[in-house]
Amino acid sequence: MVHCFTWEGTHIVVDVYSGAVHIMEPAAYALTEYYAAHGWEDTPPQETVLAELNAFAPQDLAQAYEELKELVEQGLLFTPDAYAEIAKNYHNQPVVKALCIHIAHDCNLRCAYCFADEGAFGGTRELMPEEVGKAAIDFVIARSGNRRNIEIDFFGGEPLMNFDVVKSTVAYARSREQETGKRFRFTITTNGMLLTDDIMEYINENMVNVVLSIDGRKEVNDRVRCRVDGSGSYDKIVPKFQKLAESRGQDNYYVRGTFTRHNLDFAQDVLHLADLGFKQTSVEPVVAPFDVDYALQYEDIPKIYEQYDILAKEYIRRRKEGKGFNFFHFMVDLDQGPCVYKRLSGCGSGSEYLAVAPNGDIYPCHQFVGNEEFRMGNVLKQEEPFRRDISETFASCNVYSKPACRDCWAKFYCSGGCPANAQQFNGDLNKPYDLGCELQRKRIECAIAIKAALAEEEE
Amino acid sequence: MKQVKTLNGKVLTKSVAGGGCGECQTSCQSACKTSCTVANQKCENIK
Ligand code: SF4
Ligand code: SF4
Repeated sequence: MVHCFTWEGTHIVVDVYSGAVHIMEPAAYALTEYYAAHGWEDTPPQETVLAELNAFAPQDLAQAYEELKELVEQGLLFTPDAYAEIAKNYHNQPVVKALCIHIAHDCNLRCAYCFADEGAFGGTRELMPEEVGKAAIDFVIARSGNRRNIEIDFFGGEPLMNFDVVKSTVAYARSREQETGKRFRFTITTNGMLLTDDIMEYINENMVNVVLSIDGRKEVNDRVRCRVDGSGSYDKIVPKFQKLAESRGQDNYYVRGTFTRHNLDFAQDVLHLADLGFKQTSVEPVVAPFDVDYALQYEDIPKIYEQYDILAKEYIRRRKEGKGFNFFHFMVDLDQGPCVYKRLSGCGSGSEYLAVAPNGDIYPCHQFVGNEEFRMGNVLKQEEPFRRDISETFASCNVYSKPACRDCWAKFYCSGGCPANAQQFNGDLNKPYDLGCELQRKRIECAIAIKAALAEEEE
Repeated sequence: MKQVKTLNGKVLTKSVAGGGCGECQTSCQSACKTSCTVANQKCENIK
């Protein structure tokens, strides 16, 4: 399988099963498209091919063919699928390697789009007691098998509303590292309202990554991310985020936002974050049912694509001028990146990755918290049976178990999308949220095109 | 003129051999957390 696309006049071919990416001159590109449609041929282009591609000089096509042939022989073009069998036999070990700890189901903001029901997750506002945090650590140690690295993400609601328990949980985990041979890596997500110098210092000492929530321009941010009294959060959080980002050497953090139908010109929000001095940015499409006013619709796709293109062009321009920044979705490592096994099933929810609610209930991931159907157990109630069936169902999902992904050229970059979204939109873990897929593929095209543009520059 | 410029090699084909050690970070692809898209993740065995 190949994916051919043209970005700003550059013809790009992705060979899906080898992972190779080629930049082609028009004749080679046209020939590749021809063979993609008709199947590769081991003999140089005959009359019918030449007639169909008569816009190109025969000697260009002849040379292009020779080059393509070499690539095919080297396993860099029209590479056959060698992973379907691996996927069938590959079953994630029932090993938990990451937990999302919902340290506070409460929030000091009232963001309109919050999937967490403004921190309450459909339940009551609640802070995680210390013993639940500890029990969560015991739980993950017990279930992590031979795995050495364990990731713990403190999430909410707003985690800083229960910061003492963040600290006691970190301390407890650290105290068990030596005896268990585990190494914990902590991350935290915050809206910034309660950040103080002391907390920043603590975060810098203890967290490998921190996610700072902000949507972009002031009017965009404040329209959605407002306080209980309706006033915006922008003025309060920006200086704190800037300080924290600087104190981390502009690395190992993200300012992350969400764009909605209200700011379809979101490229400006990303650039605004970059203009504020942030080097690590991420702004992602909102995921919301089609009937709410801020939800993205299919008809918005052309506008959104245009924005990704605008952003990609500016991204390249700033890079070339030495003023580059990172945009999470444009970062792709073509030379290395994770192995095929990882790429077969990306997120690991329900099996490798679980979420723990303030009362100790365990769910497949943060998006499922509060959904009784998916409650898997409780960290305080070791005697209660753990829902291994749920875990098995999630573990069996991969890009080959999902018909849409199987046929998708982007599967080894995307790894099958978000199962929570699939469940939410289609009631089926194996049926990805299609609008999200359309945007995902566009972002990956841009990411690859950026690599191509910067590679041309290096020459 | 050369018709094709190849940006990278057969990264996927080669990565099968390792068997998948599982030490890498978990990734969350949803719109609410920022660890999405596996293609930018790092392999723990490459330093
Ligand atoms: S973009 Fe959609 S169809 Fe393609 S791999 Fe991702 S989830 Fe699957
Ligand atoms: S199911 Fe979706 S939200 Fe949950 S961990 Fe996976 S990608 Fe993230």
